[in-house]
Amino acid sequence: MIIRDLFKRTKGEATIPSDESKNVPEGLMTKCPECKHIILTKELIKQDKVCPKCSHHFKMTARERTENLLDAGSFRSIDDHIRSVNPLEFPGYEEKVKKDSEKTGLNEAVLTGFGTLDGREVALAVMDSHFRMGSMGSVVGEKITRAVEAAAERELPFIIFTASGGARMQEGVLSLMQMAKVSVALKRHSNKGLLFISVLTNPTTGGVSASFASVGDINIAEPKALIGFAGRRVIEQTVREKLPENFQTAEFLLEHGQLDAVVHRNKMRETLSALVRLHGKGTGYDEAEAESE
Amino acid sequence: MTKPKQKANKALPFEEPLVQLQTKITELKELTRTADVDMSTEIASLEERMARLEKEIYENMKPWDRVQVARHPNRPTTHDYISRLFTDFIEFHGDRLYGDDEAVIGGIASFHGRPLTVIGHQRGKDTKENIRRNFGMPHPEGYRKALRLMKQAEKFRRPVVCFIDTKGAYPGKAAEERGQSEAIARNLVEMAGLTVPVVSIVIGEGGSGGALALGVANHILMLENSTYSVISPEGAASILWKDSALAQTAAEAMKITAPDLLEMGIIDRIIPEVRGGAHRDPARQAEMLGAALEDSFKELRKLGEQELVDQRYRKFKSIGVFSEE
Ligand SMILES: [Zn+2]
Repeated sequence: MIIRDLFKRTKGEATIPSDESKNVPEGLMTKCPECKHIILTKELIKQDKVCPKCSHHFKMTARERTENLLDAGSFRSIDDHIRSVNPLEFPGYEEKVKKDSEKTGLNEAVLTGFGTLDGREVALAVMDSHFRMGSMGSVVGEKITRAVEAAAERELPFIIFTASGGARMQEGVLSLMQMAKVSVALKRHSNKGLLFISVLTNPTTGGVSASFASVGDINIAEPKALIGFAGRRVIEQTVREKLPENFQTAEFLLEHGQLDAVVHRNKMRETLSALVRLHGKGTGYDEAEAESE
Repeated sequence: MTKPKQKANKALPFEEPLVQLQTKITELKELTRTADVDMSTEIASLEERMARLEKEIYENMKPWDRVQVARHPNRPTTHDYISRLFTDFIEFHGDRLYGDDEAVIGGIASFHGRPLTVIGHQRGKDTKENIRRNFGMPHPEGYRKALRLMKQAEKFRRPVVCFIDTKGAYPGKAAEERGQSEAIARNLVEMAGLTVPVVSIVIGEGGSGGALALGVANHILMLENSTYSVISPEGAASILWKDSALAQTAAEAMKITAPDLLEMGIIDRIIPEVRGGAHRDPARQAEMLGAALEDSFKELRKLGEQELVDQRYRKFKSIGVFSEE
């Protein structure tokens, strides 16, 4: 569990508050936290929210991601009605969830549904770190599980974009068990010969890293994404050893054989589209045969 | 396997009233012997009080008391149960990829005349052994060894028993480099598909993903004073209240005891412990654990390969609390 020190490493991405007057839309300009370059927010979105100067990948909301990735207007969400309760009766938990729900327009820290990628249908789950740091409780586990089951049922590829600080502490061991729950569903999906692609985005740590995020048929990550099991500070305290500068970055994982590829966001759509096309409907050989005839 | 000498059972803080009373009784007995005064009435009354107090304390253990029992240095480990319950144990080493992680042990053995595969986290009994076994906190190769042995069990149609007893997977640089996340994640998915009976028993601390990686079972059992949690009470307190001294409060709030997990529908059964905890009578405790294990195997032997996979699927699929309106 590394929720706390996780966000020490992630620099704030402040949109510059525009003029106080209500005529100017909020956040007209955005400053890159890495190189301090200032860019029109509209332009930044056009660039897939990647800094044109230094290639810093800004965080995306789940909605932004589906719009950025899928064919226009093709996304249909499912299970927007499932809500978190307070199983351990933690003071203030429900209020925190409600607040983030209002802030993000999501019922929980993951958005799930179906859409098409260059005309090919896929099941999709996109985690949103703006909602309780993307932490996984019962609802996140349930929504992802149902999306995987629906994908298995309809024989579709399943793609997940992970962004999570790990388990949702306020749901205790129930949140831990969501790792196993999603895993049993993934096994069924896999046994049907269907494709599962995991795209790890900044940050993917703790229990999410140690479950579905790491077991795609194909694991890819966005550049510089923080990915790891244990928190950097915890490791430093344990081993009393200097950790390399790029420790637990996507590039570090690639170097150590943990990823298939690191893919720039400008190339993400075409990469995923090609992967889905090459696998057909999960069992792509037949489709490819038919096309070549 | 070395057998370090067992140290005397140290009393835990919640047992302090019992220790004090026992000291008083001993004093009076000593007095009777040396000073030639008859204190038998007083002694009898104190002994009666002792019996009542014992009952009161051990039958109303608080979560934090259980945490301390679960962490007792003399608490029986995986190897203690293996040597008491099984015959023919032959330990198998290594993950065939990198090395042999001694924080996890495993192998083949006989249980009531039938072969089975046994795997478990292994803590040390003293500092020297703990260093060798990394305090029971595995690296990726520990989980990969476990998976190798599970697949081997599946090939030869042997049931699998996993003993869970770890503070967690090791948080270290090498562990990250070799894919700690992937090793745990892989076990979760592959255990989901095993076509032989799998029983996991939490015998001490069940710490987070490092415990769960041996826990995707058909039946999950917990010893009465074991714990299973997403984070240690100290860790939870430090994150929630920025104060690890509030671990006692966190132990209650996080619901990590066997009765808590039974109530949440996560585990199937609690294995009772001998009064005061498993360390008081490891031989008797092993018998009780063995009886529960036999019950589980008897039930699971009736299921076919696909039924075992489906039962495990339904079990985990149903875990979670949410509202749907
Ligand atoms: Zn920049």
